[in-house]
Amino acid sequence: MDRQALMQEQSLASPVPVPTLSAAARRRQLKEKLIAGLVTAVAFTGIAALVLILIFVAKEAMGLFTDPHARQEASLSKMFLPQVTRPGRPATFVWQPVSSVPKVSMIPLFIGTLKTTLVSMFVAVPLGVFGALFAAEFAPRRLREVLKPTIELLAGIPSVVLGFFALMVMASFVQDFFGLESRLNAVLAGLGLALAIVPVIFTVSEDALTAVPRSYREASLALGATPWETAWKVVLPAAAPGILAACVLGFGRAIGETMIVLMASGNAAIVSARLGDSVRSLSATIAAEMGEVVVGSPHYSLLFFIGVELFAFTFVLNMFATSWTRKVMKRLTGGAG
Amino acid sequence: MKHTTRKAVGLALTSLTGLAAFVIVAVLALILLDVFRGGAANVTWAFLTQPPSDGMMGGGIFPAIFGTAALTLLMTLAVMPVGVLTALYLHEYAPPNSRMARWVRVAVANLAGVPSVVFGLFGLGFFILFVGKGLDRALGYEEMHWAQPGILWAALTLAVLTLPVVIVSTEEALRAVPLDHRTASLALGATQSQTLVRVVLPGALPGILTGAVLAISRGAGEVAPILFTGAAYFLPDLPTHLNSQFMHLGYHTYVLATQSPDVEATRPLLYATVLVLLMLTFALNLVAVIIRSRTRRKAASAGH
Repeated sequence: MDRQALMQEQSLASPVPVPTLSAAARRRQLKEKLIAGLVTAVAFTGIAALVLILIFVAKEAMGLFTDPHARQEASLSKMFLPQVTRPGRPATFVWQPVSSVPKVSMIPLFIGTLKTTLVSMFVAVPLGVFGALFAAEFAPRRLREVLKPTIELLAGIPSVVLGFFALMVMASFVQDFFGLESRLNAVLAGLGLALAIVPVIFTVSEDALTAVPRSYREASLALGATPWETAWKVVLPAAAPGILAACVLGFGRAIGETMIVLMASGNAAIVSARLGDSVRSLSATIAAEMGEVVVGSPHYSLLFFIGVELFAFTFVLNMFATSWTRKVMKRLTGGAG
Repeated sequence: MKHTTRKAVGLALTSLTGLAAFVIVAVLALILLDVFRGGAANVTWAFLTQPPSDGMMGGGIFPAIFGTAALTLLMTLAVMPVGVLTALYLHEYAPPNSRMARWVRVAVANLAGVPSVVFGLFGLGFFILFVGKGLDRALGYEEMHWAQPGILWAALTLAVLTLPVVIVSTEEALRAVPLDHRTASLALGATQSQTLVRVVLPGALPGILTGAVLAISRGAGEVAPILFTGAAYFLPDLPTHLNSQFMHLGYHTYVLATQSPDVEATRPLLYATVLVLLMLTFALNLVAVIIRSRTRRKAASAGH
């Protein structure tokens, strides 16, 4: 049966004609589809940006593996294994990428980054988590409403201002207080970093704590527990994965933070266990040395390689943190969220 | 445990957590107080309107203020359309449980955690050495024209950095627009895009503005990403082209604090610069907080 006959039969069966879209409606529909397509395409930008960051930072670092000169000057073993820098001396880890014989050990930079990060976590985790516990559980409503925006304000201070504050105001005080040899050191940089990550830890912890359902608290209080017992033994454990995620996020932020460490750490690549020594971090090394480096040289590729490392560290930490927060929110909202 | 002990432990814990909160606020106050005391006397009209002089030991910071403003303006123009459209996709267009939307969210969350200095490397590697070089080749420039640090590349780098801020706050704003408004509009025969443009976006506008303001305040203070994408140590002239280098308040602070030949002589200027930068970011943050609390109150009262 051809189309005409079919239509005829249909029109015989029902007097109402088959509704067809007018030309204007079809145009409108097409337009809607185009707009939806455009919005979807633009939404790819976020994914594209992340991928492009990895590709283009890694691309500039590739010189280390493709260029024979760079491969010889900055091989992976030279970056990560102890090297004999002068004949007859024991093998050591030295970062001196611009001396006549470049020494490119990453170990001093790792140690420096770890030292400043650990100091900052040691200060920021208790402050941030306890502060959040206070805001979520103990503070009167009025006080909480002031406390949160105030700490958001601290989060808004540019890191270069925190670096300035550490360098100009805290440095002498910290040096005298701890009796340290060098004015700029890991303790100072760590304290400066703590200022930057306390708001992160506070905000995320506070979110996790307030997401704990009221019924948990009411049940605990009904069983005769005091408010602090409820906070400490019920609310805090329930929010623990979220708080852990907050700390991991803070850790990632501390590893990548640049300006504070650049200004307050002393920028000396020293391998030592003492927190009072000057240090050089991965991020500060990039910031300090990229300005004077020859494009395409082994040193240049090396700095981009540090960028890849930083990207990889923070990426992994972020994945952990976000999956943990998602898990805790799911559990607390009974899988509905 | 005896009742009194329980009470004592409770009091101790409450005060300990209170102390933590107090310390955070006290440090903030200390920073503000110190910067204000050190800088207030030196923020004069001349300081705000003159270029630096005497090898940055005197004069003002006008080029740095101008550069920061121009940079953040360009950044905002770049980031807002992309950020708002992405949020529209996530909240209005993506099918529920869409895999693509989940990927976008994961990417945005990770983008927020990428260290700022890595953005600087990205700006150098992608915008300057890839896009810039490509442009120069395509346009037939003999010398470097686009393949060099400049304000456009720095602004685009910052736009990528602040993208998550805009997306997250826009999505929050879209969530605050009641579903009834959408269904009412659709029921009247409006198409989805008409509904978005005439109903949803106006309703979400305060939240979107909050996002823009937060992005600006974040972008205005970031120094690490512009270190190698366009910020200049000292420029007597204002940037005139998209590929000009520029002075910047944050970078100027860094330079004055770390590379000054005479720390004591530059200290007043340094403090004044920090005060201007801090007031700028605080003013922006305050605006964001105010818009946000106002819209929340309005949403709360509209819900009942």
